[in-house]
Amino acid sequence: MQNATVKAATYNDTVVRQFAIMAVVWGVVGTLMGVIIASQLVWPELNLGLPFTSFGRLRPLHTNAVIFAFGGCALFATSYYVVQRTCQTRLFSDKLASFTFWGWQAVIVAAAISLPLGYTQGKEYGELEWPIDILIAIVWISYAIVFFGTIGIRKVKHIYVANWFYGAFILAVALLHIVESAAIPAGWFKSYSAYAGVQDAMVQWWYGHNAVGFFLTAGFLGMMYYFVPKQAERPVYSYSLSIVHFWALIFTYMWAGPHHLHYTALPDWTQSLGMVLSLILFAPSWGGMINGIMTLSGAWHKLRTDPILRFLIVSLSFYGMSTFEGPMMAIKTVNALSHYTDWTVGHVHSGALGWVGFISIGSLYFLIPRLFGQKTMYSVKAIEVHFWMATIGVVLYIAALWISGVMEGLMWRAMNADGTLAYTFVESVKAKFPYYFTRALGGFLYMSGLVIMLWNTYKTATNGKPATVEVPAVVAHA
Amino acid sequence: MNDFVNGFWPIWISTITLGGIAFCVGLLIFASRVKVPLDSDNTNGHEWDGIKEMNNPLPMWWVGLFIITVIFGLTYLYLFPGLGTYNGKFGWTGVKQYEVEVAKNNEKIAPLYAKYAAMPVEEVAKIPEARDIGKRIFLNNCAACHGSDAKGSRGFPNLTDTDWLYGGSPERIKETITGGRIGMMPPMAAAVGSEEDVKNVANYVLSLSGSIHDSGRANAGKDKFVVCAACHGPEGKGNQMIGAPNLSDNTWLHGQGEAAIIKRIHEGKTNQMPAWQEKFSPEQIHLLTAYVWGLSNK
Repeated sequence: MQNATVKAATYNDTVVRQFAIMAVVWGVVGTLMGVIIASQLVWPELNLGLPFTSFGRLRPLHTNAVIFAFGGCALFATSYYVVQRTCQTRLFSDKLASFTFWGWQAVIVAAAISLPLGYTQGKEYGELEWPIDILIAIVWISYAIVFFGTIGIRKVKHIYVANWFYGAFILAVALLHIVESAAIPAGWFKSYSAYAGVQDAMVQWWYGHNAVGFFLTAGFLGMMYYFVPKQAERPVYSYSLSIVHFWALIFTYMWAGPHHLHYTALPDWTQSLGMVLSLILFAPSWGGMINGIMTLSGAWHKLRTDPILRFLIVSLSFYGMSTFEGPMMAIKTVNALSHYTDWTVGHVHSGALGWVGFISIGSLYFLIPRLFGQKTMYSVKAIEVHFWMATIGVVLYIAALWISGVMEGLMWRAMNADGTLAYTFVESVKAKFPYYFTRALGGFLYMSGLVIMLWNTYKTATNGKPATVEVPAVVAHA
Repeated sequence: MNDFVNGFWPIWISTITLGGIAFCVGLLIFASRVKVPLDSDNTNGHEWDGIKEMNNPLPMWWVGLFIITVIFGLTYLYLFPGLGTYNGKFGWTGVKQYEVEVAKNNEKIAPLYAKYAAMPVEEVAKIPEARDIGKRIFLNNCAACHGSDAKGSRGFPNLTDTDWLYGGSPERIKETITGGRIGMMPPMAAAVGSEEDVKNVANYVLSLSGSIHDSGRANAGKDKFVVCAACHGPEGKGNQMIGAPNLSDNTWLHGQGEAAIIKRIHEGKTNQMPAWQEKFSPEQIHLLTAYVWGLSNK
């Protein structure tokens, strides 16, 4: 009886610790896969002539590992931490929370086995076969129950803005995942999409773009809204701005998918709507960046000394950059040049490495020492080194692919006076070699930074011990 | 063409599109007007785990940016298709844009091709500018199979030698490019006889080109070659009317040696070259023909 009271008065940080550590581990694994496939593009011999190690199979392994394993674990860890702190209550269900951890790891392991073996639904970011899809759905619904259950038993009146974003992310991803994955099984390892033709393509990119919008943006904005003000020790810049940009972002993102299908069999009206709403998405996206960066006003000097804050603020800069670039690339005439080129890959990585990666890394550096009863990470100097390696890595990566993408786009469309193409396809491939090399180098630097982080995490964890934090007495406020 | 199964859907789409954009504008108006009571420290009094919220007004440049995108969006939806079945002021469609651009380009390049279309292939092949055009068409379309040096590879004929499956005259080359070719050899093992017979015939085939072979088996296989001769001719010289390869030279499109020949006798082979008449105009094919013909007629 007494035991139960004691237990109820502490936060459940066990599951947060598990997810936080696995986020770092999967970060290294996921970027390692990225470095391998980037190197395969430079040196095709690295495909090794084996089906399991070929680019086509490792590429989805890379995307799944970084988005769902690294990004997913970081989101689980931070959302469980943030929702408890900002609701001043323990998680709604310890058992279900623990299930989400083991269930999610099972999904990741199943992906790591099935993708190299060639089992795939062939849908980008939704490759996993139907039995794994069902497990994802079960884990995700459990996640929703734990998260919203915790909101339901909160001890404070208002729901903090970080939780709006986490909540929107959880709900939208459930919807997206279930609709996208609808398929008719043909045995345990094979299925056929429930949709056909252009509808299938539209569902794919409705899902694909909202994986970016809700998984990689809304979720990480939730992270931003807690860890930036915490680390800067400053109040959030504008409550009104958070309301406007939250609702506008949630509405418009859902419509942006068709910009992936410009100049295809998708009807003209659908393409137009996708383009127009992608453009209107520009300001709502920037609302989050403004609210994050301006939160720092009055504390700018901290950037000089605090590498964690630097990770968080630089992530917002990359966020601003890629959410400007995105709407521009959604314009049909720009898209006619950028589509199918490396520019798209560069754009995604300025968001993924710069925004998602940096905000997660910053948040985890805040989180990990606290989870192990330490004041700071084992080595702050190592965070500093990590920051510069990651920053140089991202810049090399995206600059290389911008050049390469625009170059190949221009080469593909260049025509001779006789109406023939000025360059053959293989000439454009050949011209990309130096940029592919630079990209692989940038990716290698970024991965090496994460290896340092893994070492730092290990040292911090072994120097401290798992901390139990009591729920503080509820402060009455307006 | 109508993309909708009934009249409800275009209205539904237009309503949520315009309603959603109006909702965004409404949010802006609401947020600029609403008064949030603030404490002395300029925060709204909420606090979560030590985090407070200020309520600075929306930055005007940001509001302006938002409104510009909305105005652009609405203008675009007025000018272009977007709202259900409404076609837009310009009546623009992707297909029309494509057709206009293609027609414009074709018109631009027509005189250039017309000049050569009237000349015989043999003449065209002598003109460097014409050869260059043909080469560019070749590199962007034909090189994927025949190689950028046109020397082909296994299964894809070499176009630079004088060994032709369907004939190397300008007329025959043009016919091949225009309509494509499907070369088909049926599995012949059953007609040849036993496994020993197949091996003997293979050695006989090798003997035709003077390749390394077992002369005893070649002699034994000679009689069985009759079934092959129907297409490849009594001396194995092939038949260009049906694309039957010459077996007496040293060009082996699908592999050299006894094992490769036995495999072909067992499995037969279907090999296809696609037709290009859908993609190229007759004038372009004329130049391409001249380039290909010129490769072996320097």
